[in-house]
Amino acid sequence: MTAIELAKQAGFDIKVEGNGDKRTISGIYCGDLLSMVMGRAKADDAWITVMGNINSVAVGVLADVTCIILAEEITMNEQALQKAADEGVCIIHSHLPTFETAKKIAELAAL
Amino acid sequence: MDNILKLKYDVDGDDFTRAGEASASVKKTLKKMGVPADIIRKAAIALYEGEINMVIHADGGEIEVDISSNKIIMILKDKGKGIENIELAMQEGYSTAPDEVRSLGFGAGMGLPNMKKYSDEMRIESTLNIGTTVYMTVCIS
Repeated sequence: MTAIELAKQAGFDIKVEGNGDKRTISGIYCGDLLSMVMGRAKADDAWITVMGNINSVAVGVLADVTCIILAEEITMNEQALQKAADEGVCIIHSHLPTFETAKKIAELAAL
Repeated sequence: MDNILKLKYDVDGDDFTRAGEASASVKKTLKKMGVPADIIRKAAIALYEGEINMVIHADGGEIEVDISSNKIIMILKDKGKGIENIELAMQEGYSTAPDEVRSLGFGAGMGLPNMKKYSDEMRIESTLNIGTTVYMTVCIS
């Protein structure tokens, strides 16, 4: 399932489409410490975080995740959204808490 | 004799919004050269962690990246305060990063461990109040 299909089915808000219509989700990583994400997230994961700054976008690119999902109604700032658009990173906002966001993705993507 | 592509970057201190420019540029270059994605990911993450360390701890520095057909050599040189105890700094979770850096999501004490994890060879030379040089090699084949 692609990141865009998943966001639509889950009722999440797609802020930047990026490559989210081309890339599929093969796992989920939840975390906010950026080095932890780079050390432990896998390529093609959906990364769920509450860290909505420009560095999150850089980490998302480097860790090669399918999309960045901001949970807990946290929003990504404009500078970061612009960088995500430039880099082709899919950014999704979730109104749900982190655990419920991950649970919903796991159910929809049958992970 | 193998052709070597040499890239050089200056890293600004205290500018977290620009940190990552070197790793992003190296990533793009490696992609154009047709280097496998998993190798690119290793080199880019190791280099980004190094850039962030330079911004947090050393007020910036210089990066040289040498790319040949079988390896990527990354040399990160700063004139910061140096690392007092390298063995301790290499431990996961150990960090001397200030609180404002932690609020951005950095300072988890995983920077140097990640650099070691994602490079095939890593060496650190550091002298207190003189600076630190980190040598990392990522093998392509």
